[in-house]
Amino acid sequence: MTDRNPRFDSGEELLAVRDLTVTFPTADGDVQAVRGVDYVLRRGEVLGIVGESGSGKSVSSLAVMGLLPKSARIQGSITFQGEELLGLSERKLMSVRGKKIAMIFQDPMTSLNPVYKVGFQLEEAILAHNDIPKEQARKRAVELLEIVGIPFPAKRIDQFPHEFSGGMRQRVVIAIAMANNPDVIIADEPTTALDVTVQAQVLESLRTAQQETGAAMVLITHDLGVVAGQADRVLVMYAGKPVEIGTVDDIYYNPRMPYTLGLLGSLPRLDADRAERLTPIQGTPPSLLSLPPGCPFMPRCPLAKDRCAEEEPELLVTDTTDHSAACHYSALLAGKQADEVFSHTAEDAAMPESYGAEIAGVTGEVSAAAVEVPKPNTKGVS
Amino acid sequence: MTTTDTTAGAEPILSVRNLVKEFPIKSASVVRRTIGAVHAVSGVSFDIQPGQTLGLVGESGCGKTTTSRAILHLQPATSGEVLFQGRDVTKMSKGELRRMRRDMQIVFQDPYASLNPRITVSEIIAEPLRIHGLYGNDGPGQVAELMRLVGLNPEHGNRFPHEFSGGQRQRIGIARALALKPKVLVLDEPVSALDVSIQAGVINLLEDLQDELGLAYLFVAHDLSVVRHIADRVAVMYLGKIVEIADGNSLFERSQHPYTQALISAIPIPDPRRERERERIIVQGDVPSPADPPSGCRFRTRCPLRMTLSETDAARCSAEEPELRDRGLGAGHLTACHFVEA
Repeated sequence: MTDRNPRFDSGEELLAVRDLTVTFPTADGDVQAVRGVDYVLRRGEVLGIVGESGSGKSVSSLAVMGLLPKSARIQGSITFQGEELLGLSERKLMSVRGKKIAMIFQDPMTSLNPVYKVGFQLEEAILAHNDIPKEQARKRAVELLEIVGIPFPAKRIDQFPHEFSGGMRQRVVIAIAMANNPDVIIADEPTTALDVTVQAQVLESLRTAQQETGAAMVLITHDLGVVAGQADRVLVMYAGKPVEIGTVDDIYYNPRMPYTLGLLGSLPRLDADRAERLTPIQGTPPSLLSLPPGCPFMPRCPLAKDRCAEEEPELLVTDTTDHSAACHYSALLAGKQADEVFSHTAEDAAMPESYGAEIAGVTGEVSAAAVEVPKPNTKGVS
Repeated sequence: MTTTDTTAGAEPILSVRNLVKEFPIKSASVVRRTIGAVHAVSGVSFDIQPGQTLGLVGESGCGKTTTSRAILHLQPATSGEVLFQGRDVTKMSKGELRRMRRDMQIVFQDPYASLNPRITVSEIIAEPLRIHGLYGNDGPGQVAELMRLVGLNPEHGNRFPHEFSGGQRQRIGIARALALKPKVLVLDEPVSALDVSIQAGVINLLEDLQDELGLAYLFVAHDLSVVRHIADRVAVMYLGKIVEIADGNSLFERSQHPYTQALISAIPIPDPRRERERERIIVQGDVPSPADPPSGCRFRTRCPLRMTLSETDAARCSAEEPELRDRGLGAGHLTACHFVEA
């Protein structure tokens, strides 16, 4: 691939997550939110993690940050530059969190403290990890605001979060995340709460932040459009498991897991013709409380066979070494389009003939003689 | 009148003319005087033909939801006309309004908040029939048929909303809206709360229902990709005004207004190669407050085109409000910008 970003090809491994499982005990039983996540993040690369709500994409990154509630049972291994983070004491973890690994949360309305000025919150992040005078921290804070594209940073620094718009607040959060030149930035749905034109601004700031600090980034999102433009590699999650990982081009042009293919087929696209019908994935994701054996996607999968109900497929390498998929029949998907695998239905939405016929008659009358205002709907009123 | 949006052909089923909706801002003192107004919708006009879909797009706070509420008279308009089959909704008596609502129904954005959690799904769908005295002996049969129509299993009618997923709940909301066999459906962000794989099923359902039942849709959304997929005609709103309105393909392929262009260019496309090649127009700043909109053209404070204009031309943007009219593209493609003449 010629247009592939070469930055990370020989990059060192910064963050390695191995066989991570997270279980939350609840009154109804154990919820297996994450069931074996594996990935490696190399210096300078952007890894996109995509999945629908409840797929475990946020929980797996909160585990990396050590931010899960105490009740969560975490197993596996998370190493940062060779150092194991799981089981690290809070004090030790604090020297990594915010300095080496920084996080950007989804909602800029709640991730800033409303009672402190923006400048104070930026300085706090800088001073937590650097023994420098306050004036210097303030100077750095102004600089950071400028980098993320906030106009009049010297003036804005003395304002409170409520004086900033949503997009501006998210940029402040980005500035805080890059305050200590982290090696890894984890961005959890950073633009989901924002309007599209503001999203474009924030994604630009995020790019700048990543380039300025040279950090690797984990970009968690449900928006396949955002990932296409930002990520070098993509990890697709379903029911707590990675089901496909590969370069962004492999995932979008040669998906080998029916779920990925289905997701791409169900997206309305701005560059597609109106007449093209979407191919939804039927059914809903399984409950993480009681996962049946076998492939979790089996009930929704058009390719499912007996084997899928018995044996959960492992994430195995496909025809290129850096592209893996978790499907027994991934080889069958080579070169397939979404509409060859999934149907165009509106989910068992069978049209009863009687209803349609009745209404068709009504609307026919309307368009023919709108002035008369026919009232066929009053049928049945005494 | 040049500002009205007239498409040659059939009589429109719904016409909105110069719709204005203002919300008063009250002072905080004991005597709550009105000290200003939020101009949520400032003179919006459009037509919807029977069986067609008009997409109304814009970012948060642009007035698209307020427009949809005002059309149904859920929030009375400050001024302007909403003509449903030629009769003005804003001047209807209570009884007339109730009859009108049989023909015009709404589906709300949040499928969790818009269904009563304490009554069963059959009851939710039967409610409009009961209110309008149409729930006769065949009531249960009608409800079952409606559930089948939207792709739900009628046997699940005695379940409660919390037993359904988001996509299924939205289908319940659609079934309820269809119960009275309306002619116009106002869809206020009907799929934005749903996951993509679920969203596609609901979009397909809406398309099928339109084909089968000949419904007209007002489809309010912030997601241009969805609107491109479903709408015949698209109106782009900015700060309470329509800045551009055109047929779907014309709008997405030949957009004239700088705001529309920026909006389209900001939408990420799920195609890595195209994304890498795309040039983005990044609009600076944020949407100004609708309580104090800019003079002249409302987009001028963020407009990338205005920055390239000479001083006299730029002054025109703040002095004179651009009219929404045909700017040389024909085919009902109307734009509100002084400097885009094709």
